[in-house]
Amino acid sequence: MIELLQQLINGLSLGAIYALVAIGYTMVYGVLRFINFAHGDVFMVGAVTGLYVANVYLKDGEPSTLAFFLVLICAMLVCGVLGFVIELLAYRPLRGRPRLTVLITAIGVSLFLEYSFQHKAIFGPNARAFPPILPWVDSIAIVGDLLIFWIDVLVVGVTVVLTIALSAMIKFTKVGMAIRAVSYNSDTAALMGINANRAISLTFVVGSMLAAVAGVLWACKYPNVHPLMGLMPGIKAFVAAVLGGIGSIHGAVLGGLLLGMVETLVGGLEGGSQYKDAVAFVVLIIMLLLRPSGLLGQTLHEKV
Amino acid sequence: MTILSIRNLCVSYGAIQAIRDVSLDVRKGEIVTLIGANGAGKTTLLRTISGLLKPARGEISFLDRQIAGIAPHRIVMMGLSHSPEGRQVFANLTVRENLLLGAYQQTDRQQIAARMERVFELFPVLDKRRHQPSGTLSGGEQQMLAIGRALMAKPSLLLLDEPSLGLAPIIVRKIFQIIRQINEEGVTILLVEQNAHMALQIADRGYVLQTGQIILQDSASNLLNSPQVKAAYLGSEASEESEG
Repeated sequence: MIELLQQLINGLSLGAIYALVAIGYTMVYGVLRFINFAHGDVFMVGAVTGLYVANVYLKDGEPSTLAFFLVLICAMLVCGVLGFVIELLAYRPLRGRPRLTVLITAIGVSLFLEYSFQHKAIFGPNARAFPPILPWVDSIAIVGDLLIFWIDVLVVGVTVVLTIALSAMIKFTKVGMAIRAVSYNSDTAALMGINANRAISLTFVVGSMLAAVAGVLWACKYPNVHPLMGLMPGIKAFVAAVLGGIGSIHGAVLGGLLLGMVETLVGGLEGGSQYKDAVAFVVLIIMLLLRPSGLLGQTLHEKV
Repeated sequence: MTILSIRNLCVSYGAIQAIRDVSLDVRKGEIVTLIGANGAGKTTLLRTISGLLKPARGEISFLDRQIAGIAPHRIVMMGLSHSPEGRQVFANLTVRENLLLGAYQQTDRQQIAARMERVFELFPVLDKRRHQPSGTLSGGEQQMLAIGRALMAKPSLLLLDEPSLGLAPIIVRKIFQIIRQINEEGVTILLVEQNAHMALQIADRGYVLQTGQIILQDSASNLLNSPQVKAAYLGSEASEESEG
């Protein structure tokens, strides 16, 4: 029982990272109805930026919580700009084209990021260790018989705060309403006087910033940064978004947490660790068979 | 004074020419109706005026400014609102949120509140449902919301695309009454309808669109009596029935 609980706690923090990435998939799907397969690589760029900034900082600074948040914010800024540029250069010119065209372009952007970052001038093909910017990254709290890593508390805490902030923005602010309107129907949103392109750009910026946070948190947890590191978490976050119901932000969070926990549980089984990467795909297949609209997804009924 | 003037407009979808050499004028204070069969190009014409489609050729001037090819949100800002075909209310947003979106460009909160109250006066049923998701409204209520939402932008010209679509005759009459009332309060209206009979009854002038071209234009009363219009669009039963 204790072991199960322990696994669930571990899974929660993994799932929180999936959730942050999944929000980006689901928001972009909401406004443009396509899966931005380059999103996992934005996550990687977040981790890489974090690594660079942390290294520069640690040249004459000490690890501290404040430094960690500085690194986090730098990664968010870089990825926010990256998301904006990707949308502007790769996807906007294809507005109104068949979705397959955009989807294949997304794969192209993904490959472009993965392989350009393998160039020596940018990062190089080899993995590098993420520097210990958080002084307490390995600290543990013992609660009864449970071991809780403080980094996991941080991961879950940051995810909760950002999810609440994002939900509030979507629900209560004017730009949030614009994003919801564009998600519903971008032509009709334009007739309301909403600049649909601006709402779409904003969606990419916000989603990419969350991916950057996920990338830095991931790198703190698993301090191994390389250009292909976004591949697996990216695909799993995509599964999480589908699991929760693509287009729904709360669904993405729920899907991420569930997937993280299931994956950790399977990984904890006798001989299960080699199958843990397969879990996401089994979940995807089952979900698509049983409930393709996802846990919180809604099929829109239109009155004519 | 001419508020909207269209000259030699052509619009294509790929190789298909949907609008061919259309010229049309709407003067301040008028209700002008554009009638025609399904697929004649009525919706295409409205979508081009409001900037959702780019014309292949021709001019559209609104309040003496060229608007052909300008982004739709800028055209709304100039005072041209479009209530689209099929109502297109934001189903998962409440009535109130839908109306607020209609006033997206407005910044004066007091004015927004005042306009919303005016919309509730015109359509009291919306007031009762203001916190209800608009997807739960009936078709007629959704149509009222779509018109009210378009009014929130404080338009000088209102484009209405098939407000009678799929609605019971009694509701259609009610909505047309309100359209007339909106017009009397100073909003110029360009009304697209398949229900030619109803449209011509409230309109000052009308244009008949057929396969992308204007084949007739006259005062509404003359069109109502024109044998050509009668035969094609006001057939014995067709007057009260809207397809949809």
